[in-house]
Amino acid sequence: MLSHGGGGKETSELIGSIIFNGLYRQNGGSGDKYGPGCRNRHKGSCRTANISWQKIKLLEDAAVLKSPQSIAFTTDCFTVKPIFFKGGDIGKLSVAGTVNDLSVMGARPLFLSLGFIIEEGFALADLKKIIKGISEESAKTGVMVVTGDTKVVPAGKADGIFISTSGIGEILYGGLSVYNIATGDIIIVSGNVGDHGAAIMSRREGIEMDVEIESDCASLWDMIDCVLKSGIRVSAIRDATRGGLAAVLNEWATAAVADICIEEDKIPVNDAVKGFCELLGFEPYQLACEGRAVFAVKPEFAGKALSVLKSHPLGKNAGIIGTVGGGNSLVTETPQATRQAGHEGGGITSGYTGKVILKGIYGISRLLDYPSGELLPRIC
Amino acid sequence: MQLYSDFKMKDDISRLASIISAEVEKPVNIMEICGGHTYSIMKYGLNILLKDKINFLHGPGCPVCVMPVKRIDEAIAIADSPGVILAAYGDMMRVPGTDSSLIKERAKGNDIRMIYSPLDVIKIAEDKNNKDKKIVFFAIGFETTTPMTAALLEEVIAKRINNVFIYANHVLVPPPVNAILDSGDNLIDGFICPGHVSVITGSDIYFDIPHKYHKAAVIAGFEPYDILSGTLLMVRQINEGRPAVEIAYKRAVKEDGNKKAQDLVNKYFTVRDEFEWRGFGNIPKSGLRLRDEFKSFDAEILFKDKLKELRLKSGAGQTGKENALCKCGEILKGKSKPDGCPLFGKVCNPENPVGACMVSFEGACAAYYKYRDF
Repeated sequence: MLSHGGGGKETSELIGSIIFNGLYRQNGGSGDKYGPGCRNRHKGSCRTANISWQKIKLLEDAAVLKSPQSIAFTTDCFTVKPIFFKGGDIGKLSVAGTVNDLSVMGARPLFLSLGFIIEEGFALADLKKIIKGISEESAKTGVMVVTGDTKVVPAGKADGIFISTSGIGEILYGGLSVYNIATGDIIIVSGNVGDHGAAIMSRREGIEMDVEIESDCASLWDMIDCVLKSGIRVSAIRDATRGGLAAVLNEWATAAVADICIEEDKIPVNDAVKGFCELLGFEPYQLACEGRAVFAVKPEFAGKALSVLKSHPLGKNAGIIGTVGGGNSLVTETPQATRQAGHEGGGITSGYTGKVILKGIYGISRLLDYPSGELLPRIC
Repeated sequence: MQLYSDFKMKDDISRLASIISAEVEKPVNIMEICGGHTYSIMKYGLNILLKDKINFLHGPGCPVCVMPVKRIDEAIAIADSPGVILAAYGDMMRVPGTDSSLIKERAKGNDIRMIYSPLDVIKIAEDKNNKDKKIVFFAIGFETTTPMTAALLEEVIAKRINNVFIYANHVLVPPPVNAILDSGDNLIDGFICPGHVSVITGSDIYFDIPHKYHKAAVIAGFEPYDILSGTLLMVRQINEGRPAVEIAYKRAVKEDGNKKAQDLVNKYFTVRDEFEWRGFGNIPKSGLRLRDEFKSFDAEILFKDKLKELRLKSGAGQTGKENALCKCGEILKGKSKPDGCPLFGKVCNPENPVGACMVSFEGACAAYYKYRDF
């Protein structure tokens, strides 16, 4: 109902009984002092924050937090359609997305804000399911929802539900940056690419596959923490969301002013996603992931990084896929594969540094560009 | 058996490529007619693998690419008519017309729906909110997709739906091939003929290629192994000077095709006197229209006044013209390649396509852009 967003009694009921109870009671039980995540292994995060769920319940205009020395702050909006998909829902995604943005900066996620824009007539049962997704996903990382807002708009003015989350994290491992990436760095991806994009598109377009593709939607802090605390020298980490692996690598190549060379047959891809891509003319590395991280690590640490990743449940399919600045060695390996020199006049000048070069299964190398011109609306 | 991996095996591909390279006596010019082949050749770099031996020329077999600007303008005019829902394949949405495209028209508020299968039109028609709407299906495609439009019409008639109309733009593979060969100024030694089209039509439709024009013709599938084994058969035909139609895709194509699908098409469609193709102009007997007994479903008849007005304008050269610098027309005839176009990658790219060949993923320009040199 519109009145649920009016700021009056109904708003109070919605926030109190559905959202607040969903977030803080169903997981934590009524007597838990520290809110959802704190029953999990990361109790410390909430104690550092020195905030209890009873205090949040007072519904002050702002959450008062005790901040660590150096923080990371990020925000994201979620409009995914369908709202529920195999492997997750918009609620789980809204937590994992923001948690991952903090995690890849070496920041342990502490606090989230949670904003809803809900279309009038949206089913309460669906809202409860979404809140449950948020609650469960927050608990996995030990991140705490400390502030939020809900607006209800007239039917037809939004598509079901939109969520916005912002996150604050405590920097535990400083210095991760795309600008640290240097020639010789090894590129590692933490698992199969393209699952989320393929799961969403196949559901939305009603494309039935023999095996339904499951989104990889997951919070990556624990896995990233494992890598970073083991002393591996990591230049940068990114979660490969919109634009997929292709977009991350292109941004890195541009920032590093170095070519990045990737071997196509080393990129881990689930069979169902391969089939889906064949059917529709996509490439798995252009599809979004929501639970995969790409690492650039110093070459001497590549083996260790891979084994740490593989020993984590979210990284079991991790693989080394390429090198920064490895272009020349790859091309000379297969001289017949070098592209024809020059064009028949016109065309694109590609003699710049900062390209991503994909070596295909037949040893032929080509440019891997940012995805473009695809119709990929609202995957996150 | 994994279709997407078994016909891609690295060892098979290397072996086939070296056999072809060894057997080619002098460099061979092969036109692959179908956009699906162009896509695979570029995606797997088969043109590079066989560099200096095989020169792949890209033909008029991408259904989106061959639609002239005029037909896009007409679809836009239909979509702009009161009470119309236009249903179109996603690929058609961004093809530029004279002043607009379907995607821009949708942004303006016209009801244009993207569909994946013609039968999705039934769902739109059965929605109770659309009872008073005219639902027009922008039907495009070669012999492969025409049976699906015919199946839609069959379903519409069976369900007594009276507000679905077909804007028929179905075209045939052989006429533009013959037009290229009739023009004389080509270097083509042989044709890789489309696999999916041939599943429906069988192999007879390519009879003229070897028998009238004395060129090689091999029907091939779309995986790298299929394309290379087709190429090998073609090289042997050329070396031995015995042009014929051969099938390198026997797991899918029978000589007489799919009779049931052919009958379905013949029940609803008949050949037009002529149809305009991008880059070619009018080609006689190259397109299909609904048979007279089904004219009550024909959007060209329902909107004849509106289309007549447009056709007068395009006849006078006011609309329907392609960008003078765009080489789509030349590319579709195998006379130019995408990177020979002055607009390619500069003004024309997938986000901002100037010509249709940059829109569909089967378009030669889109394939060159996506899998381009570094």
